[in-house]
Amino acid sequence: MSKPANEWTALTLTQACAAIHKGEFSPLEFTHACLERIETLEPRLNAFLHIAGEAALAQAAKTDPASPLPLPIAVKDVLTVENMPCTCGSKILEGFVPPYTATAVKRLQEAGAIVIGKTNTDEFAMGSSTENSAYRVTHNPWDLSRVPGGSSGGSAAAVAARLVPAALGTDTGGSIRQPASFCGLTGLKPTYGRVPRYGLVAYGSSLDCAGVLAQSAEDAALVFSLMAGHDPLDATSADVPLPALTLKVEGSLPLRGLRIGVPQEYFISGIQPGVERTVKNAIEQLSHLGAEVQQVSLPHTEYALPVYYIIAPAEASANLARFDGIRYGPREQAESLWEVYIRTRGRRFGAEVERRIMLGTYALSAGYYDAFYGQAQKARTLIRRDFEQVFEQVDLIAAPVAPTTAFPIGAHGDDPLAMYLEDIFTLPANLAGVPGLAFPVGFDENGLPVGLQLMGPHFREDLLLQVAHAYQQTTDWHLKRPPIDNK
Amino acid sequence: MEFEPVIGLEVHAELQTESKMFCACPVVDSTQAAPNTTVCPVCAGMPGALPVLNQKAVAYGLRVALALECEVNRISIFARKNYFYPDLPKGYQISQYELPLAEHGHLLIQTSEGEERIRIRRVHLEEDTGKLTHVEGGSLLDLNRAGVPLLEIVSEPDLRSVEAARAYGEALRAILRYLEVNSGDMEKGVIRFEANVSVRPKGSRELGTRVEIKNLNSFRALERAVSFEIERQSRILAAGGVIEQETLGWDEARQATYSQRSKEDAHDYRYFPEPDLPPLVIADEWVEQVRAALPELPRQKSSRFMQQYGLSAYDAALLTAEKEVALYFEAAVQALPASVSPKMLVNWLTGDMFALLNQSGGLSGLGRIPPANLAGLVKLVAEDEINAATGKEVLAEMFAGGQSAEEIVQRRGLRQVSDSALIAALVRQVLEECPAEVAAYRSGKETVMNWLFGQVMRRAAGKANPQVVRRELERQLKV
Ligand SMILES: [Zn+2]
Repeated sequence: MSKPANEWTALTLTQACAAIHKGEFSPLEFTHACLERIETLEPRLNAFLHIAGEAALAQAAKTDPASPLPLPIAVKDVLTVENMPCTCGSKILEGFVPPYTATAVKRLQEAGAIVIGKTNTDEFAMGSSTENSAYRVTHNPWDLSRVPGGSSGGSAAAVAARLVPAALGTDTGGSIRQPASFCGLTGLKPTYGRVPRYGLVAYGSSLDCAGVLAQSAEDAALVFSLMAGHDPLDATSADVPLPALTLKVEGSLPLRGLRIGVPQEYFISGIQPGVERTVKNAIEQLSHLGAEVQQVSLPHTEYALPVYYIIAPAEASANLARFDGIRYGPREQAESLWEVYIRTRGRRFGAEVERRIMLGTYALSAGYYDAFYGQAQKARTLIRRDFEQVFEQVDLIAAPVAPTTAFPIGAHGDDPLAMYLEDIFTLPANLAGVPGLAFPVGFDENGLPVGLQLMGPHFREDLLLQVAHAYQQTTDWHLKRPPIDNK
Repeated sequence: MEFEPVIGLEVHAELQTESKMFCACPVVDSTQAAPNTTVCPVCAGMPGALPVLNQKAVAYGLRVALALECEVNRISIFARKNYFYPDLPKGYQISQYELPLAEHGHLLIQTSEGEERIRIRRVHLEEDTGKLTHVEGGSLLDLNRAGVPLLEIVSEPDLRSVEAARAYGEALRAILRYLEVNSGDMEKGVIRFEANVSVRPKGSRELGTRVEIKNLNSFRALERAVSFEIERQSRILAAGGVIEQETLGWDEARQATYSQRSKEDAHDYRYFPEPDLPPLVIADEWVEQVRAALPELPRQKSSRFMQQYGLSAYDAALLTAEKEVALYFEAAVQALPASVSPKMLVNWLTGDMFALLNQSGGLSGLGRIPPANLAGLVKLVAEDEINAATGKEVLAEMFAGGQSAEEIVQRRGLRQVSDSALIAALVRQVLEECPAEVAAYRSGKETVMNWLFGQVMRRAAGKANPQVVRRELERQLKV
């Protein structure tokens, strides 16, 4: 039996693909349905910075229903799409339209995907709540007074509200996993280098990863498998074959033989009790599925935050130097070249971006380099070794995604350090370059989603997805929908 | 007090690969191409664009590094050099800082002091910037040159004279051209110099405070700027003053250096490893492959020419300074009969032929006379088939029309007359017709001989063998 049109958007990506493949509805009809839902809900969510309705419909009309991904997706506004504005949530790129499409997006388009719009983000992906966007504040579909997390908060809100079946995000320190956790989604940050960075506007080049936010591990696996693989336009993209991603669950103990490590350093005093309890329950559920759970130690975890806040800003201070108003983007008029620079950058970068540029510039300065950047690189090596050593004992790591659930809009407004702590459990995977997956495992006492994070060895996204899939076959947390449709 | 200069040179040489250092845009002659026609998101520094290393640029860099006998680093690192300027699209230049491509080489140069060994500190790869042109009411930016591969070759401060600095620059330019990595067209800015200059009392072993002179785009500018600085600094020191450490520019119009930046204003480039590019790993096999394929370099060629063709050091250096000349010489010498001395070919090539080339706009004119034809001309002169004066005339015609010497001599009937009976008759005729001059000669006015010689040659339409004419004149006048 085919469903009525107003229920199509409730389908997961995998289900919607199957329905289109079977001819139950067309890519164009489905795109229409998504656009209608966007029209209804977007005013309450502010998930998008740009909605490409007409372009999406034109594209959908041409899409081959037999292609692997013949449906609309949303793209975080730090990934370029030809002829679509790309602001990175910043006034410094107001009106900028790139003439090229990011490799990750292009690969999905080649598989049939229709880009329906660009989603809101913290300015240049610097933030954990999407409140640092220069354009608007995105609301969490589970509680409109709360943030969706960040920096891929627009993508998370859009998928959680079922405006699109999946969306692309980027993750430099947790920016896919934390909003996935806050919005009850499955979010994959792949291994560094697994998905090409060409067209991803760089924040921290040695940490940035493009990934996906979706409703299930199965959905994430499909999108991820279409984006991954070496790109001749990205010298840091890896030429490592992708294992088959056919997720299967067999028997009542599908995780038998799997060794899961739980790092003691991830259960610290700042963690909310509701989060800790829910995460521990989920880990227990994994052991019920046959996994062997043991405690492990990642002893250098406490250095991840300071190391990240040296390396990422250092790289950002150089990456953002190109936004000078000379070749593209708006330019503030002034009498001298230096005034042009100072006015354009001074007026058009937000406070958090300026803060990180200053931090990074300082960390690289003559006389400070060794004490800050040099030392941070050494500590980063130790953090990477922690993971290598743990992955000699266990197959993967299970941990909380963030110490809290979604917090109220404005809660960390004056306190950047409190905001930085949001990423304390997600930063290590970026520093080590290993893949991380967040997926919903329950709710806190306020009815807000809580995620569990899995981290695996380099290039073992398949393992993370397989385990999350097994979990999702026996639970239904991932199918819970936010109360946004209740008037 | 006498002062001694201490000079080090940084040479920036474009590597004329097909495409740019980090993108697929072609490398074009940026003095000719229409502005901003070879630009893409990568070299324009657009957001999200990433650099991918051109392996050919590395291969070219390796050629130079090995020709300078450097040690190649098996792992070298690209770094970002951060500063703001509109011709630098990304706000940083991708360069090398710690762990450059190669280090510890040397270059032998020839000066009036003899042979000098100049140590090379490092050779590294980087990208060129765009070009900013200031016009009335604004500045124009051309990004055609942005991202063109550059090789920076840094010497130790081993140069002790303006002459040595120039000789070093010229020797390096010759090597770059021999390796076919750079056209050597100085006027197109494909080779640029920066000079570090200090002076110290002669005999002192300590280094004085140095200044850095930027953007010297010709050998002339290099020589003038360095000698200006040597004089300026010597004057200051002689008067008991101190030299300020600073960065200078060279004002071509005023022929003087001027201060660009003091030590306090020096840039902090905040170098750090380029996260967009993995470390450059160079396998031993690659190094050996490049080494094996190195062509014969100017100094090797020069000493071989001396040995093989019995040339003087001066001639050999003259012939090998430009690769095209050396190749031309060797092709011509192959076509020369063993009986003719290569020295004679050298004289014709570096004398009359060079004069013709200079008049006609340079070495590209070499192609107008095939090497075998020049050898043919030299052979005709050597074998007395034509005399030297006729030879010059024939050479000019060969250069203009492309025919061989043999053809021209044949067609114009220029072959020399050496028949002594015929020449004796001509001499007799002239002496009979000019009794007054003969009398003058016999009364001791010996210069009349040349006038009589001219008369005979004129009657022979220039074709008489001059030696035979002189011999016959002397013989008949003695009677
Ligand atoms: Zn380019």
